[in-house]
Amino acid sequence: MKNNDVTEKKSVISINNLKKSFGSLKVLDGVNLNIKLGENLAVLGKSGSGKSVLIKIISGLLKPDEGTVTVLGLEVDKISPVELRALRSKIGFSFQNSALYDSMTVRENLAFPLIRNKTNLSKTEIQHAIEEVLNEVGLPQTIDQMPSELSGGQRKRIGIARTLILKPEIMLYDEPTAGLDPITSSEINSLIKKVQAQYKTSSIIITHDLTCAKNTADNVAILVQGKFLKSGSFDEVFKSENEIARTFYEYNFINDK
Amino acid sequence: MKAETDNNGKKYLFSKSLDTVFLAVNNVFKFIGLIFKEAFTAPFEWKEIINQCFNVGFKSLPLVSLTGFIIGIVFTKQSRPSLSTFGASSWLPSLISIAIIRALAPLVTALIAAGKVGSNIGAELGSMKVTEQIDAMEVSATNPFKYLVVTRVMATTFMMPVLVLYSGLVGMLGSFMNIHQNEQTSFAAFIKNAFSTISFLDINSSIFKAVCYGFTIGVAGCYQGYYAENGTQGVGKAANTAVVVAMFLIFIEEMIIVQFVNSIR
Repeated sequence: MKNNDVTEKKSVISINNLKKSFGSLKVLDGVNLNIKLGENLAVLGKSGSGKSVLIKIISGLLKPDEGTVTVLGLEVDKISPVELRALRSKIGFSFQNSALYDSMTVRENLAFPLIRNKTNLSKTEIQHAIEEVLNEVGLPQTIDQMPSELSGGQRKRIGIARTLILKPEIMLYDEPTAGLDPITSSEINSLIKKVQAQYKTSSIIITHDLTCAKNTADNVAILVQGKFLKSGSFDEVFKSENEIARTFYEYNFINDK
Repeated sequence: MKAETDNNGKKYLFSKSLDTVFLAVNNVFKFIGLIFKEAFTAPFEWKEIINQCFNVGFKSLPLVSLTGFIIGIVFTKQSRPSLSTFGASSWLPSLISIAIIRALAPLVTALIAAGKVGSNIGAELGSMKVTEQIDAMEVSATNPFKYLVVTRVMATTFMMPVLVLYSGLVGMLGSFMNIHQNEQTSFAAFIKNAFSTISFLDINSSIFKAVCYGFTIGVAGCYQGYYAENGTQGVGKAANTAVVVAMFLIFIEEMIIVQFVNSIR
């Protein structure tokens, strides 16, 4: 077993010896990763450690310098733009700042990917799908609001709803609880678990928030200097003597001591 | 010429700055090539094209009306003393119509549109880029280039000739009002006199110029916005560069087209 492997079981996402640099800065330096069907993996790491770059490579937004990234059996950087678009319809990406289209209402934000990916849907079916995902995230009343009228937590939920409307098989969450108060963070954590259970998704959750990792992930992995330093279940990782894992734990759960 | 090498050992074909310019020109041509490819490939974003035409055309009408009208009046007032010296103030409508249709309406409208529409497109797309909205479109399996870039370039290209013709008519109206006030010329006499010197070539060349200017404004705005980086500072830079580049290219195009049209006149 390679040092950086999270798991070697059959997977929906498989990354092998992934390397990515920006100029002379090495961001990812030989990452190996496997995500099983239905598994939630939280990736922890310092700011600038390459966590977001990892999920951007998985979704095909960035190209790797070396290594292979296989998602649902397809090598992301080797497939044609048409195949990549089809693959992306099975991947939900929740951005750190939600990335809602600020010139569109919530309804238009949610309809945007649906209209372009499922062209045979009637207006009634589109309306029904929008109402369904808004109910899933608990925000049916926001349907005609503009993103600027929403709170941070609401924006996160609508961002997740926009990804759910295509019924993804994989969810990628970039800092889902960043900048949110503890109560809203807790609601987002519950939503992530609900999505996993209801949509049978496999997910990668990029976070600094150990509460989020503990409550949403089946496994956690710590990314340090472009490699996974430690991976396994929450207890395996944070009950170890590893200094970086201890620092993360003590900073997040200082009151537990 | 000796090839340059930087501190990281990277070699350049000519020099760092010259290579950067060539690379930028190459990227712009690739960008334009992609616009043509996507513009003729289904599915088409008709609703967004119409929406953008409304934004570019209808929302520019007040500014274009005001400037067109003022230019008509001012140019008439400035030209009258010179023509009067030779007892040729009756030639005012002809002079004004040639000046407005051939040169002033296309150029002034394009410069106004470069400022208003170009900066708007640069800032809008730049803002979408730095807030990851363009990435969000891409990962939701849609084509942001077709939705954001192609629609805007098509809108500026289609609407600029309309704005130029409209600006010309408003300019002529301003001119007529001034001439009518001073020379008591009737509307029928003004129109007859004005259009006696205007040929189809003048109108067609104006429309051709407008198409080129519209395309330039759209491409400059979209290119700068679509590739904006470095946060809010990048958005400001994108908007600013879009205007500067568009205006610069409009003057170059004006010079080339005038030479070409004069050679076939």
